[in-house]
Amino acid sequence: MKSHAEAAAEFIKDGERTDWHDETLWFVRAKRDLAAHGLPEWEQLRDWASEIKNHTLSNISQYLTAFEKNANANGITVHWAADAEEHNRIIHKLIKDNGIEKIVKSKSMLTEECHLNEYLNHHGIATIDTDLGERIVQLRQEPPSHIVLPAIHLKKQDVSDTFHEFLHTEKGNNDPQYLTEAARIHLRDHFVASELAITGVNFAIAETGGFVVCTNEGNADMGAHTAKIHVACMGFEKLIPKAEHLGVFLRLLTRSATGQPITTYSSHFHRPRPGQQMHIVIVDNGRTRQLGRPDFRNSLKCIRCAACFNTCPVYRRSGGHSYHTAVAGPIGSILNPNLDMKANADLPFASTLCGSCSNVCPVKIDIHEQLWKWRQVIVAEGYVGAGKKLSMQGMGFLFSHPNLYRFAGKMGRFFMRIAPFMVNNRLNPWYKQREMPAPPKESFGEWYIKNRKK
Amino acid sequence: MKVGLFIPCYVDQFYPKAAIATLELLEKLGVEVGYPSGQTCCGQPMANSGFSGLTGGCDALFVKNFSSYDYVVCPSGSCVLHLKEHLHAEDEAQAVALRSKIYELTEFLTDVLKVEQLKASFPHRVGLHQSCHGQRGLKISQMTELVAPGFSKPLQLLGMVDGVNMVQLDRMDECCGFGGTFCVAEEAVSAKMGQDRVADHVKNGAEYITSADLSCLMHLEGILKRQGSAVKVLHIAEILNHQ
Repeated sequence: MKSHAEAAAEFIKDGERTDWHDETLWFVRAKRDLAAHGLPEWEQLRDWASEIKNHTLSNISQYLTAFEKNANANGITVHWAADAEEHNRIIHKLIKDNGIEKIVKSKSMLTEECHLNEYLNHHGIATIDTDLGERIVQLRQEPPSHIVLPAIHLKKQDVSDTFHEFLHTEKGNNDPQYLTEAARIHLRDHFVASELAITGVNFAIAETGGFVVCTNEGNADMGAHTAKIHVACMGFEKLIPKAEHLGVFLRLLTRSATGQPITTYSSHFHRPRPGQQMHIVIVDNGRTRQLGRPDFRNSLKCIRCAACFNTCPVYRRSGGHSYHTAVAGPIGSILNPNLDMKANADLPFASTLCGSCSNVCPVKIDIHEQLWKWRQVIVAEGYVGAGKKLSMQGMGFLFSHPNLYRFAGKMGRFFMRIAPFMVNNRLNPWYKQREMPAPPKESFGEWYIKNRKK
Repeated sequence: MKVGLFIPCYVDQFYPKAAIATLELLEKLGVEVGYPSGQTCCGQPMANSGFSGLTGGCDALFVKNFSSYDYVVCPSGSCVLHLKEHLHAEDEAQAVALRSKIYELTEFLTDVLKVEQLKASFPHRVGLHQSCHGQRGLKISQMTELVAPGFSKPLQLLGMVDGVNMVQLDRMDECCGFGGTFCVAEEAVSAKMGQDRVADHVKNGAEYITSADLSCLMHLEGILKRQGSAVKVLHIAEILNHQ
């Protein structure tokens, strides 16, 4: 597997596409700013959202128990999954026990995290993703590159080529209207035939035992309303205590995600319709472990709006696939080391710690501070290269000894002047696209002794 | 008022002119400035790379050099932020006391000295690069993400300089991509970010790019020079001290 830096370097090779990716996401960030600045109470809403989540996480077992009780009373079956494997097995069993053949799935980052599609495919079961972006990447056999805009790394031409190959649309026809219509017809066939519909969950309400699914395409509703079985999958952090708290989150979610005042469809599910089965799978998959890490607990407040992706100057220029995980971007970089520290040790370093992510986060997660803290943990656990460790130890020693520091500085500048090729070469990554600073004859320390200490 | 001047390693070695301008500016404003000779680095390169366990030597030197001063002033927001957040000592109370006395130059001028006028002139078109650590970390200016009234300590000071013509950027507070060791560990992204940042300034007609943080400027200067651009970088102290 390539590291973030290696994969990012490959993405950037196509400069035009990188610029387009950056500008498109910056456009979304600008829309978010407009929507946020339109509400004088914006910062108050963020405080409330953060505090509600904080309270819920502090009393999570109580709220989960209440949710299960109320959901059961509504006729919903609640399943508990300790990890991704168990989540997948539960769904597989529901499919087998009910003799299901046609499955549609609306957008759910949890099922991506659990690799449900691959698991079911492995058992000979096909699922059709019904979110347009998700369907496009599914046809291409790629993972989503963004949690809200899964195909944002693709241009119209790419979509046209994909649809031509799989849906037999006219070759070279890039008209978005035409392509969307083709997808609509294609997906309609699957909706009508579907027997089981899988959806995600945006908010689960302990008080009512119901849950809310937000989509802009209405595809979750189409699936859930036609199939005889509706399976909703959620990480346990999706819980909120009361229905009255929904208003805070629904106002924040799409303004942060896309700059829209409200999601097009916020569908409230409380009980199965007569003759239908409704199931909820509540997943841990490392969340309890993260809850137990005081420095990273706040990451469980995330409502998956992706505002941190859109504002992140690194994400915009490296693309989602460079993060090699289901949830990319700044939030993914603090969630994924919890799932597998070794495999994701590079992610907390894929940031300049500029802090913009923390500022746009609607639930006020201290994202950039957690990135800094993960770096400390990853180094302490020994997941950095020996070369880096050695150079850092050398630096620490040099900077602890002022005489040595002054001597090394003087020598360094001297050699940079008389033998610039010693630093201006291929071994110096700085020099690849940047000139080195011009070394002055005198450091400030040397100047000071001459001019102020007479 | 006794002020200790902290000149971080890379400023000391590569940008003495910015350090001299900082010293002269403070002296002009009637401040008694001392420069302890045993200073090196704030420790940020190690800490931001995950090696905060290796900053003990830097911390001890810093405490030894600066504990006797009323204030510590430094022309680099990034280093100041690191010290404010992560300076430790054997006597932790001493470190905590010192943390609250450390100021980035522009915030020291506006908040402590409460400077309202400067004798300075710089008749050029200037783009201000807001360094992330100064802006978002130290809050020396408002951030575009937050819904709150705007302010900018660097702009407030630049407004006192005769003839300066500030350019409007398309992206007011986008990161330049330097990021300490990020600039080499993620060379491709870092360089691309720097190129994009420079392009915004150039497109909007800047002759100079200034900042309260030289580390960003070192990165942008490296890119400008590689491009053969005539646009120059100057630390804000050099503009505020220019006559």
